[in-house]
Amino acid sequence: MPDKIYTVSEITKQIKELLEGELPTIWIEGEISNFVLHSSGHRYFSLKDEEAQIRCVLWRGKGEGLDFEPQSGMKVLALGKISVYEKRGEYQLYVEILRPLGIGKLELELQRLKERLQKEGLFDEEHKKAIPKFPETIGIITSPTGAAIRDIIKIIQRRAPYIKLILNPVRVQSEGAEDEIARAVAQFNQYGKADLIIVGRGGGSLEDLWAFNEEIVARAIFKSKLPIISAVGHEIDFTISDLVADLRAATPSVAAEMVVRDKKELERELNSLAGRIVNYQNSILGYNKNRLESIQRSYGFRKPLDLLNQKMQRTDEVWRAFLLVMKNYFELKKKGLSSFFSHLNALSPLAILERGYSITRKVPGLSVVKDAARLKIDDEVEVKFHLGHIRAEVKKINEE
Amino acid sequence: MPKKMNFEKGLSRLEEIVEQLESGDLALDQSLKIFQEGIGLFRFCSQKLNDAQSKVEKLVELSDGKFKLEPFDFKEEE
Repeated sequence: MPDKIYTVSEITKQIKELLEGELPTIWIEGEISNFVLHSSGHRYFSLKDEEAQIRCVLWRGKGEGLDFEPQSGMKVLALGKISVYEKRGEYQLYVEILRPLGIGKLELELQRLKERLQKEGLFDEEHKKAIPKFPETIGIITSPTGAAIRDIIKIIQRRAPYIKLILNPVRVQSEGAEDEIARAVAQFNQYGKADLIIVGRGGGSLEDLWAFNEEIVARAIFKSKLPIISAVGHEIDFTISDLVADLRAATPSVAAEMVVRDKKELERELNSLAGRIVNYQNSILGYNKNRLESIQRSYGFRKPLDLLNQKMQRTDEVWRAFLLVMKNYFELKKKGLSSFFSHLNALSPLAILERGYSITRKVPGLSVVKDAARLKIDDEVEVKFHLGHIRAEVKKINEE
Repeated sequence: MPKKMNFEKGLSRLEEIVEQLESGDLALDQSLKIFQEGIGLFRFCSQKLNDAQSKVEKLVELSDGKFKLEPFDFKEEE
């Protein structure tokens, strides 16, 4: 039997006392990672260097006096004492004072890459492709299980169900994500049947978004023939892919809202255009009908008509004369107007009938009878008046 | 209608047609012709909008470098 058996609480308490006694308040230098500002106001993060990391807590009361907002990737100097969080059996640094220490290694790397790519011209306006106004197919590069794809699907289905979405699923964080994203961009370009690509993910720490800061992703986006919208993280996170892309959206949802036009809005626009066409067409037909009527009323038209009336009573003759007069009238005008003539023709019989003339057509076939000599006794004819028509049989023929 | 008509081209041509008609310097036969075209484009665009695909598919590269599309259903991460 061993001399003493500890309970978990007892040994933890002893470790805690040991640590607190051996390590008084100390300064630690390191890089912040996994930074979380909890809704309670407490800040949780790790300090790390190449080899190790240590959990840290900055209570709300201590954090209120900070003159900077800590972020993952930032190098800091922290003053605090190390103790044990018994519940989880973890030792951590209870931070009293936190000071920024230059910029973090990740940020420095990011800045260098940014400068290099900028010099090369990858961010230049002149390379930005126009985003199509009415995409019909949108390619999406993101995680198949993330909030990004969920939000995009929701928005498209609500606002623009006429759009087809094609997802090229990738990992958006952890080792190798950058290669998958870059390959997905190339694949969409080979596939070709998308009007634009949205590449992105929801918000996260600088580390979480890191794939979108990788050179390989930047180059793939730059090379793409299809326009690309980069939608990474929330408002404040600006990644390199945001800078290279043709357009940057603060979040994947914003990207979707930006590129699709609401179906109802488009329908209203279409209907209004169609309405304008139809209105216009009605007015042009009305105008030409009026023109025809005024020609008929004009002296130039009436005079020959009067003469004709005296000599010829039959409608077919009048009609022929009418056409002749119209032709003459238009021949006085430019040749180009002859096209009007055919349309006026189409309208004119009605106007004539209204004035008491009628049209006689032979049954069957309903060819217009212009010459009595074409008819025989007992032939059946149809006579059309302004209102209604009759069938009649030929009783007598007087040839001219 | 040109072979490679899409919604964007259709709508902008339709706008052009309305402007041309309303400018009033077209001969009647010309105006009738583009009127017909306009009505055709209106139908085309309306139909495009109502092709309620709402489809989400997944791009899959095959071993021969060709691509195929598979249906995609969103499943929330744990």
